Amino acid sequence: MDYFLQQLINGLTLGAIYGLIAIGYTMVYGIIGMINFAHGEIYMIGAFISLIAFLVLGILGITWLPLALLIVLLAAMVFTAFYGWTLERLAYRPLRGSPRLAALISAIGMSIFLQNYVQLLQGARVKPLQPVIPGGIVLMEGTISVRFNYIQMMIIAATIVLMAIFSLIIAKTAMGRAQRACQQDQTMSALVGINVDRTISMTFVMGAALAAVAGMMVTLYYGVIDFFIGFLAGIKAFTAAVVGGIGSLPGAMLGGLLIGLIEVFWSAYFTIEYKDVAAFSILILVLVFRPTGLMGKPEIEKV
Amino acid sequence: MNPRSEPLGGAPLLQVEHLTMRFGGLVAIGDVSFEATDRKITAIIGPNGAGKTTVFNCLTGFYKPTEGRLTLNHPHKGPFLLERMEGFTIPQKADVARTFQNVRLFPAMSVLENLIIAQHNVLMRASGYTLWGLLGLKRFRQAEAGSVDLCRYWLDRVGLLDRADDDAGNLAYGDQRRLEIARAMCIRPVLLCLDEPAAGLNPRESAELNQLLLAIRDEHKIGILLIEHDMSVVMGISDYIVVLDYGRKIAEGVPEAIRNDPTVIKAYLGEAEEDELPPEVAADLARERASQAEG
Repeated sequence: MDYFLQQLINGLTLGAIYGLIAIGYTMVYGIIGMINFAHGEIYMIGAFISLIAFLVLGILGITWLPLALLIVLLAAMVFTAFYGWTLERLAYRPLRGSPRLAALISAIGMSIFLQNYVQLLQGARVKPLQPVIPGGIVLMEGTISVRFNYIQMMIIAATIVLMAIFSLIIAKTAMGRAQRACQQDQTMSALVGINVDRTISMTFVMGAALAAVAGMMVTLYYGVIDFFIGFLAGIKAFTAAVVGGIGSLPGAMLGGLLIGLIEVFWSAYFTIEYKDVAAFSILILVLVFRPTGLMGKPEIEKV
Repeated sequence: MNPRSEPLGGAPLLQVEHLTMRFGGLVAIGDVSFEATDRKITAIIGPNGAGKTTVFNCLTGFYKPTEGRLTLNHPHKGPFLLERMEGFTIPQKADVARTFQNVRLFPAMSVLENLIIAQHNVLMRASGYTLWGLLGLKRFRQAEAGSVDLCRYWLDRVGLLDRADDDAGNLAYGDQRRLEIARAMCIRPVLLCLDEPAAGLNPRESAELNQLLLAIRDEHKIGILLIEHDMSVVMGISDYIVVLDYGRKIAEGVPEAIRNDPTVIKAYLGEAEEDELPPEVAADLARERASQAEG
């Protein structure tokens, strides 16, 4: 039981991170119908920016933890959002209106480019960060004590707060309404005076900002990052988005949690080597029985 | 008096001058000039394929005209050259709204949201491009309340107030058509372009539509540009009619004049005049007639 509980906490933490990345996939897919395969790299860049920000703050001597975390969070979100914006502007906007495959290939190209860019600038070696938020609370004493680390709490709390904020933006603000309108009919959106290009840019900015948060959390949680972390995390998050129903925000979060939990429980009870196989098998299973994902709406063709 | 410069005595709201639109070798519109006036309903009629919708597409920024000038004399903001403006700025800055021949709503949004979306730019400005709006500042909430009031007014006008929270995609066809007009009005346009608003409506709905359009013209004092096939609508409510055929303007004038115009009747009934046929065909036809007369 205690072992199960511990794995549940670990799984939720990992799932929250996947969920944050998956939202970026699902939002971009929703609005331009394209899989942004460079999104995993955006997340990796977010991780690097937060690492750099931590080091800079260390040099500057800002060591009061809440302030440091806040500054790192904002820096990571802002800079990564800028990367997301640039990515859309350079790699996708010129291809708007061309076949979807062109944008997809452009995305894969950007993904390779960004990996190599970070590798060249930062080196290929694994970058460590000493634990910033140590400790935690012990929920249950026993042969295996169940620990809920502060960092895990922070990840889950941050994810919940960000999900709430972004759901609010999508549901209630003019920006979110414009995003939903562009999802449904871009031509008509332009005709009610919505700047479609800017709305799409904003979607990339929002997705990148959330990926940056995920990147920062991973840097804090695992303490090591390298230029290649975006690849697998990106594919997992993409899987999460598809499992949840691509285009659906709550679906992405649910898919993320599901993938995180499955991965953790599989490694805990079966073999750690096959955890990725387990995660992707779920993708296949879900797609066989619910092709639109768990929360996706089937596209109904009106006759 | 030149009927073109002053169709019915008002200031020309929209001046279309020498509009030409070519798609490769196809001339969709050839040198069409007309005007639409404030507080008047100007109808564009013509047989299928006459280029009516193409005129609308040029006006609303879908197509860049090959030649010609489209001037919108905005009563408050001054003139706009529509052919030079980027698509979304035409409703945003020049306040031109349009509807489509096939209804285009946002089906997965509620009826009310379909109208609020037309207030997008007002709300974006008021919300400080989302940042302040998220904090729920008073200014934004006031602006939003104002927008919702406007939308409710139009919902009431088109009789859809009790369906405000339903998904727009679930409305009946006639309701969707009226909602589309309401949405266009929520942009607060100075020129409303309606592409066949009566298509698919039953006679009662069509009559209601006439009343609505007349009310919009009289109460809101905007210009309406109307493409329509339904002659009862056209003759019933338009103040001025422009007739297109094969991309060219063949007549314009008040409804009574158009009704009796021989060129218009010919275009609609397809009477083939021999002098308009290619010479060899006309010659063949004449020979055939001659042999028949002899036989």
